[in-house]
Amino acid sequence: MTPQSVIASDKVFDFHGGIHPAEKKTISNTTPIETLPVPACLVLPLNMHIGAPAEPVVGVGNTVRKGDVLAKAVGGVSAAVHAPTSGRICAIEDRAIPHESGLSAPCIVLEADGEDDWRERHPIKDWQSADVEDLIQRVRDAGLAGMGGAGFPTDVKYRNKHKPIHTLLINAAECEPYITADDRLMRERAEEIVQGAAIAARMLGANTIRLGIEDNKPEALAAMHAAAHHCDVDIKFSVVPTKYPSGGEKQLIQLVTGEEVPKRGLPSDLGIVCQNVGTLAQIYRAVVLDEPLISRITTVTGEATERPGNYEVLIGTPIETVLNTAGVHLKKADRVIMGGPMMGFALPDITAPLVKTTNCLLAPTRTELPAPMPDNPCIRCGMCEQVCPANLLPQQLLWASKHRDLEAAELHSIFDCIECGACAYVCPSRIPLVQYYRYAKGEIRHEEEEYLKSERARARFEARQARLEREKAEKEARRKARAEAAAKARAKKNAEGGGGDEKDDAIKAAIARSQAKKAQKAEATAEKSIEDLEKALELAATKVKKANERLVVAEQESPEMAPALRKALDKLEEKHSQAQKALDEARKKETQS
Amino acid sequence: MSVVRMTSPHTTGPLSVTWVMGMVLLALVPGWVVLAVSFGWGYVINMALAMGTAVLAEGLILKWRARPVGFFLKDLSALVTAALLALALPPLAPWWLTVLGTLIAIIFAKQLFGGLGHNPFNPAMVAYALLLVSLPLYMTTRWANPDMTLGLFDTLSVIFIGTVPIDGATGATPLDVYKLDIARLTASEVLQKPVFGTFVAEGWDIANLAFLGGGAFLLWKRIITWHIPVSFLVGLGGMALLFSWDADVRVPLSLHLLGGATMLGAFFIATDPVSAATSNKGKLVYGFGIGVLIYLIRTWGNYPDAVAFAVLLMNFAAPLIDHYTRPRVYGHEKPVKGYKNE
Repeated sequence: MTPQSVIASDKVFDFHGGIHPAEKKTISNTTPIETLPVPACLVLPLNMHIGAPAEPVVGVGNTVRKGDVLAKAVGGVSAAVHAPTSGRICAIEDRAIPHESGLSAPCIVLEADGEDDWRERHPIKDWQSADVEDLIQRVRDAGLAGMGGAGFPTDVKYRNKHKPIHTLLINAAECEPYITADDRLMRERAEEIVQGAAIAARMLGANTIRLGIEDNKPEALAAMHAAAHHCDVDIKFSVVPTKYPSGGEKQLIQLVTGEEVPKRGLPSDLGIVCQNVGTLAQIYRAVVLDEPLISRITTVTGEATERPGNYEVLIGTPIETVLNTAGVHLKKADRVIMGGPMMGFALPDITAPLVKTTNCLLAPTRTELPAPMPDNPCIRCGMCEQVCPANLLPQQLLWASKHRDLEAAELHSIFDCIECGACAYVCPSRIPLVQYYRYAKGEIRHEEEEYLKSERARARFEARQARLEREKAEKEARRKARAEAAAKARAKKNAEGGGGDEKDDAIKAAIARSQAKKAQKAEATAEKSIEDLEKALELAATKVKKANERLVVAEQESPEMAPALRKALDKLEEKHSQAQKALDEARKKETQS
Repeated sequence: MSVVRMTSPHTTGPLSVTWVMGMVLLALVPGWVVLAVSFGWGYVINMALAMGTAVLAEGLILKWRARPVGFFLKDLSALVTAALLALALPPLAPWWLTVLGTLIAIIFAKQLFGGLGHNPFNPAMVAYALLLVSLPLYMTTRWANPDMTLGLFDTLSVIFIGTVPIDGATGATPLDVYKLDIARLTASEVLQKPVFGTFVAEGWDIANLAFLGGGAFLLWKRIITWHIPVSFLVGLGGMALLFSWDADVRVPLSLHLLGGATMLGAFFIATDPVSAATSNKGKLVYGFGIGVLIYLIRTWGNYPDAVAFAVLLMNFAAPLIDHYTRPRVYGHEKPVKGYKNE
């Protein structure tokens, strides 16, 4: 009698599509979890999670104890980094990280002292009566991030309470081929998971705990069932048929509840929080034992591995060390994949450290996972469509992506693609479909950024134009005011100068006449020059305006022309201001005279 | 370790285009054998002629287009096109008709559009339609008589030398005969003619059942889905039930389903994925449209059989159908139709 027939499963629904790749789980799930020794040197990237990188709180040369905070979480979505063992901080610098880009990123480098000396710990044994906020803070302080591979900071799920949560869904599906880390964890530490789930449910205020597990893990299911019974935690089991990608959050929710997470929404919109078994075990450790996330279980597998199995490894251990311990023959392997064969990525550099999200290191031989063959053209056979768990039209998305028809890609809901790779797996033309979708998504994001950028530039330009207009108007107003004041003063002077005897008058009159004549002459010349200057100013202003317009057009259509145009504009503006100055001076003279 | 820069997924299934096309060819064999047994060597000779011409033409064009010749010939798609055309052409047509048709299919309908996967129309049907409108005499009178099959040498001389076949060895198809004769005879009188045999249409009925079997094989292998064949047959059958209930007036349902190229069309021609509508919902519309059009053209058109024209017309409509038949994506309330995006 198999365990499934003993354990009653809830009604299970189905999701669209899915595939059945070779499971290859038995390569690594037959031996118990082995603990790797503490390495001499650990490298801890500041960003092992989704969100803002942690901020170092230690300096080079500091000595730290095991479990000490090395870098603290910054902002709402972030996770702290802790010392996996005791030792000395020997560097804080850019090091190779396990990322597809092959780029380096800031890391804290810790030299182990071999003592493995724990910091003081404050276990919360009585978590049933502890304050929920304290529990959540404990989870955040422990630097927890989703252990299934995505690395989403765990505490965020417990803080975000825009909708009441009624169900905690334990993700025990582990649908990727090869990976057995969750399988072994459930077999060996089921009670940690169950207690973690009870704590999580308390933090969420959820009244139901459900567990979704694929039917290819009967031992793990039995262990979980026994642990739930033993710990007296009520868990509803849903044994789902083995089908990739049943472990995808959205797919598991559909399998267990029959509901779909709404577009652009979260499981919490359905009142559900989904949590991987590994994360739940870490919640238990963080709360009850006060152990931060400093180690994880990683599957090392593939036919190029001599001793495949699951290893408990300190975060920060060089991947190379892990591979050597497991006896990976690097000459036999084309590549080392972090994660599974469906969604993992080929490590560009195996000296990079193992991080919180490293659930599997897969070293396949060349015959096991051969290098890609040249692809045939798409014949629109639609096999991809039949297996797409998001119910997309992958063949149409390919056309849109390949021809950079981003509008069509969005019409075909490209952002609902979860990049599970089922389409590429069944494609008879062997087209690397997911690669095309990533490209299209990247291009769309890039275009959106560019649009925002140009919007900002336009706003900036308009604000500048408005400012210039305002300044011009103000100047004009000031000039008028000055001119009026001067005219008044003159009139006053003239009024005061009136009266006196006739002789004087006659002389004065003669002087005045000659002065007036002179003044008239001078005024005529002055006026003419002012007129010219005004014309010049006007000309300069129109030139500036035209140049500005050209620049705006260039910025949108041919950005490479923009710098030259900007230079020209600057020159014209200088000329414009010179003309303005000259005119102002001329006017000043005029008012003075 | 040499790092291969590739992205996920790192593993692919066992399928290949060669396998898909090979399975289609395999599924055509029973129908082809039945046709050859019933109507003589013509189908064998036509098949060889079409396939040979297709491979040569495809290879030559690929070379001119500077594409890898071996790589693309290996996909077997040229052979599938050739096979469909050979099965559609009259078995006693002159050799140059078959060669010309194959050249039209491969060069004009397929390679000039960009080769495999880029042709908007079904290549075999483009060729068939072109031949039918250009050379109607050969296309309508060179069908073999199952009661008077010619021997290999006679067949060869008819096809290659142009010997006029002995009287009675060639004729029109049962669909054609019925349509013409029902105007002046009753159904039972028409059915007395030897061309209808004992069941529905001698030779044709068994061949159609054999193609149906081949189609079931493709369904079982999941190379095609049920949507196009079923909606095709529902469209055609529904129209026949609606308008052909009186066998004294029009061609009856049984003859529509088993008398012409119906099963070949439903399972092998309409299901050509390159030129068909693509979503499941779209395939239903597409197949139904073909079925209805076949009935309309067979009944009120000038041509006895109509699979080619119906398929080509729906090929035109496929992009439009695709536009309005997208499935509802996970998490969406309703499907995105046309250019409207929420």
